[in-house]
Amino acid sequence: MLGKLTWDAIPFDQPIPLAAGAVVALAVLAVLIYITVKGWVPYLWREWITSVDHKRIGVMYVALAILMLMRGFIDAVMMRTQQAVAFRSNGYLPPEHFNQIFSAHGTIMIFFGAMPFMIGLMNFVVPLQLGVRDVAFPTLNSVSFWLTASGALLVNLSLVVGEFSRTGWLPFPPLSEMTYSPGVGVDYYCWALQISGVGTVLTGVNFVTTILKIRAPGMTYMRMPIFCWTALAANLLIVAAFPVLTATLAMLLLDRYLGFHFFTNTGGGNMMMFMNLIWAWGHPEVYILILPAFGVFSCVVPTFSGKPVFGYRSMVMATMAICLIAFMVWLHHFFTMGAGGDVNAIFGTMSAIIAVPTGVKIFNWLFTMYGGRVRFTVPMIWSVAFMITFTVGGLTGVLLAVPPADFMLHNSMFLVAHFHNVIVGGTVFGALAGMTYWFPKAFGFRLHEGWGRWSAYFTIAGFYVVFMPLYVVGLEGMTRRLQHYDVGAWRPWMMVSVFGVLLALVGIVLEIVTIYVSIRDRESLRDEVGDPWDGRTLEWSTASPPPEYNFAVLPHVDHEEYYWRIKQAAARSETLPEEPHYVDIEMPRNSATGFVAAFFATVMGFALIWHIWWMVGVAFVGAYATFVAFAWRDHEEHVIPAETVARNDHARRAARAKALKAYSPR
Amino acid sequence: MRIKRAAVLTSALALSGCEISIFDPKGTIAAQDAQILVDSLAIMLAIVIPTLIAIVAFAWWYRAGNTRARYRPDFEYSGQIELVVWSIPALTVLLLAGVIWVGSHDLDPGAPIKGAGKPLTIQVVSLDWKWLFLYPDQKLASVNELVAPVGTPLRLELTSGSVMTAFFVPQWGSMIYTMNGMTSRLNLRADKAGDYYGEASQISGDGFADMHFKARAVSADDFAKWTQSAAGVPFDAAAYKELAKQGLANPALRPLAAPDLFSDIVTQKLPPGPGPKPSLRPPSVVN
Repeated sequence: MLGKLTWDAIPFDQPIPLAAGAVVALAVLAVLIYITVKGWVPYLWREWITSVDHKRIGVMYVALAILMLMRGFIDAVMMRTQQAVAFRSNGYLPPEHFNQIFSAHGTIMIFFGAMPFMIGLMNFVVPLQLGVRDVAFPTLNSVSFWLTASGALLVNLSLVVGEFSRTGWLPFPPLSEMTYSPGVGVDYYCWALQISGVGTVLTGVNFVTTILKIRAPGMTYMRMPIFCWTALAANLLIVAAFPVLTATLAMLLLDRYLGFHFFTNTGGGNMMMFMNLIWAWGHPEVYILILPAFGVFSCVVPTFSGKPVFGYRSMVMATMAICLIAFMVWLHHFFTMGAGGDVNAIFGTMSAIIAVPTGVKIFNWLFTMYGGRVRFTVPMIWSVAFMITFTVGGLTGVLLAVPPADFMLHNSMFLVAHFHNVIVGGTVFGALAGMTYWFPKAFGFRLHEGWGRWSAYFTIAGFYVVFMPLYVVGLEGMTRRLQHYDVGAWRPWMMVSVFGVLLALVGIVLEIVTIYVSIRDRESLRDEVGDPWDGRTLEWSTASPPPEYNFAVLPHVDHEEYYWRIKQAAARSETLPEEPHYVDIEMPRNSATGFVAAFFATVMGFALIWHIWWMVGVAFVGAYATFVAFAWRDHEEHVIPAETVARNDHARRAARAKALKAYSPR
Repeated sequence: MRIKRAAVLTSALALSGCEISIFDPKGTIAAQDAQILVDSLAIMLAIVIPTLIAIVAFAWWYRAGNTRARYRPDFEYSGQIELVVWSIPALTVLLLAGVIWVGSHDLDPGAPIKGAGKPLTIQVVSLDWKWLFLYPDQKLASVNELVAPVGTPLRLELTSGSVMTAFFVPQWGSMIYTMNGMTSRLNLRADKAGDYYGEASQISGDGFADMHFKARAVSADDFAKWTQSAAGVPFDAAAYKELAKQGLANPALRPLAAPDLFSDIVTQKLPPGPGPKPSLRPPSVVN
C-alpha cells in the first residue's frame, strides 16, 4: 500500500535529525495555528497564495530563499564544527549523516537559496524597470514559484522521512546508482530537482518572452537597464541549460528505477557521460546565479554614485559574451579525468577568456564610482565588498582554470573556498544588496540603516574568516568532504574557520534584527515619494509599494536615463509633468492553479520516491486536471476603473510635488 | 619582481611546516605544477592588486562628503578607458593562455617523464574504501601503501574496483580520476626519500575520509628489500573479491599470484564491488 515507506524510514534512533525535524514540524504547526487563529488565512489565500502579481511572487521567492539560506547555513555550521572537532576522532556526526549534510547544504543553497533569491529579485524588478504591468505569463509565473517551493519541501522532508542524498550536491554515478546508493536519498534529490526544475524552465521562458516582447513604448533594447540585460542573459541560460539537467537526471532515474544502464559501471554505462552532461548544465548554472547579481550592482553603484553606469554598451556586450562563453567551459570541472593536453588546454583557455568580460564589468563599476558622489548606504557597502571579494574569487577561479594548477587543487578545500568566494561574495552579497535596495519599493519603508550596516560588516568579516583558511588548507592538500582527518597542519585553520562561522552568525542575527527593527519603526522609515535613494530607473517613478498595475499610465521612454531626466527636468522647472489621461486597466485574475498543481506535484514526487504507485497515478491525474481546469476558465481578467487609477496617482503626484521642493537638481 | 615576491609569499606558506603542502614538492611533477601555479598567480596579481587598490581608492576619494573630489555626473563613456579596460584583461589572459597551453601539454598526466633507470609500472585500484597497488613486474600486491624508489619514473595505470574517485599524492604531483571499466594513466617521480600523504580526492561513500594511504619514497636498495618482504597468502582473484567488499583495510604486502588481475578488473572479468546491502536508511558502516 505504501511502497517502500515503513516506520523504519523515521530516524527514531538518531537524535540530531529527529530533534531538528521535530522542532521544524512544531514551528510550522505553530505558525499555521497562529495564522488560522488570527484569521489571516483568507487574506493570505487571496493576496499571496493565489496571487499572479509579479511583485507578490517576487517577494514570496525571496522569502523562500531567505528561509532556505538559513536552513543551508545550519548545515554549514554543522560541517564546520564537525571538521573543527573531528581531528583524530569521529566528531559528532557519523559519515552517513555528515555526507547527507554537505549534499543537502549544496543542493539547498544553490537550488532553493541562491536561485530563488535571484529569480525573486528579477520577478519583482524586471517588469517595473521595463515599465510594464506584469510578466508575459502571470499564472505560469505563480506555477513556477509553487513548483520551486514544492522541490524545497521535498528536500526538507528527507530530513525526517528517509534520508537525503549522500553523494554531494551533484550525484556523480556510479556512487549515485542503485548499487552504491540503494536508499531513497538520491531519489529525493532527483525528484525535488525535477519538480523545481520544471518551475525554473518556465521562469526562463516567461522572462525571456517578457524582456523580448513586453516593454514600455520606446524602451528599446539599448535603453533597458543593465539589470534587465543580465536577467535576459540569465534566463536565456536557464532556457538552454535546464533541459540538460532535466534530461540528465531523467537518465539517472531510469537507471535507478527501471534498470537502465546510462551511467552504471556495467552493461555499457558510462559515468563520464554524466560528468559531461551535468557540467554542461552546471557551468551555465553559476552564471545564472551571478549575472542577476551583476545586474543588481549595475543598479546600486550608479544610484549611489549619482552617475549613470559607466560604459553601458560595454556592460551589455560583456553580459552577452559571458552568456555565450558560459557554454564553452564545462570541461574545466574535470581536467583530472585525463582527457589529454589539447582538450584541457582549450577548455582552460576558454575559462580564462571568460574572465575578460567579467574583468571589464569590475572596471566599469570602478569608473562608475570615478567622478561620482558615493553614498555608503547598506547596498553600496555590499557592492564595494563584492567588488573586492569577487576580484579575489575571480583570481582563484582563473588559477583553477590552469590545468596543471587544477591537477593539484581540484576537489580540494581551495576549490571550496573559491566557489564560496564567488557565490557568497557575488550572488549572496548581490542578493542582500538588492534586497536592501528594493525593500522600500516592495514594502513602502526602508530597512534600518545602522543595524543593516553592522549586519553587513559582520557577514563580510565572517565570510573572510571562514573561507580564507580554507584556501590555505587546500594548498596544504586537504580534500573536501572529509568527515574526519588526522593531519595536524589542518587543525588550526579549521578552528579559525569555525570562528568565522560565529561572525557570520552574528551577521545573520543582525540582519533579522534589522528587519524586525525596520518593521517596528516603519513610520519613521516610510518612503512617501517612491524614490528613497534618488534612483535612476523606472521602478522609482511609481509609488512604494507600487499599485497592482505598476504604472497608472505606461511611460514613453525616449532615453536610456529616461526617469532620471524627467526627474531633473521636473526639479529644474519645479513642476511635475502634465497630468496624464487615465483609463481603465485590465489585470489578470488570481489563480490557484500554481498552488494546487504544486500540491499534486509534491504528492507525486513523494509517491515516486517511495514507490507508492497508486498515489503517483492519483497525483498525476490531479495535476493534469488542474491545468485542464485552468485552460477552460473563461473569465481571465478584472478591470481597475480609471477613477481608482486616477485617485491613486493623484496621491502619488501630491507626494512627488511636495518632495520636488526639497530636491536640488544635479 | 612580482614573481619573486609571489615566490617569497608562497615559500613562507610552505615553511609553516606541513608534511603535505603542495608548496613543498618532493617530486618533479609536483614541483612543475606548483611552479605553474605560482607563475599564473603572479601574472594575475599584476592586474588584480592595482584593481583592488583602485576600488578602495576610488570609493574613498569619491565619497559624498569629500568636497575636494570633482563631481562629474555625466561622465559615463570614454573611448580610451574602454580600450584599456578591455585590452588589459585580454592581454593578461593571452599571456595566461600561453602558460595554459604549454603547461597542459608538458604536464599531461599521460606523458612519460625521464628519470633514473627503467620506468616502474604500478597498477592502482581504488576500492571501497582502500587502495590496492599492484606491482606486475615485482609480482606484489600492496594494500594502502605505495612504495616507490626515489628518482625512478613511475608509470601508473589506474582503475576503480567500484565507484569513481581520484588518486592524489599532493607532494608527488597531479591527481587523476579512477573509473571502473577504464584505465587512466599518470606519470610521477618521487625525488626525495620520505613518507608522504596519499588520499582519495573524490567522494566515494561513507568510508571516504579513511581512504588515504602512505606513499613512501625509498632508496633503490630499500625498495629491493621491500619487494622481498612480501608475506602471507598470495593475492589472487578470490582475495581481491574479499578486499572489494565495503570496509576499511590495514596496510599489507602480499605476493601477487594473479598476473592479469588488473586487466581482469578493467575488463570487468572481475565484477565491480557489490556496494552496501539495500536499506531504507544508511547503516553505520565505518564507526
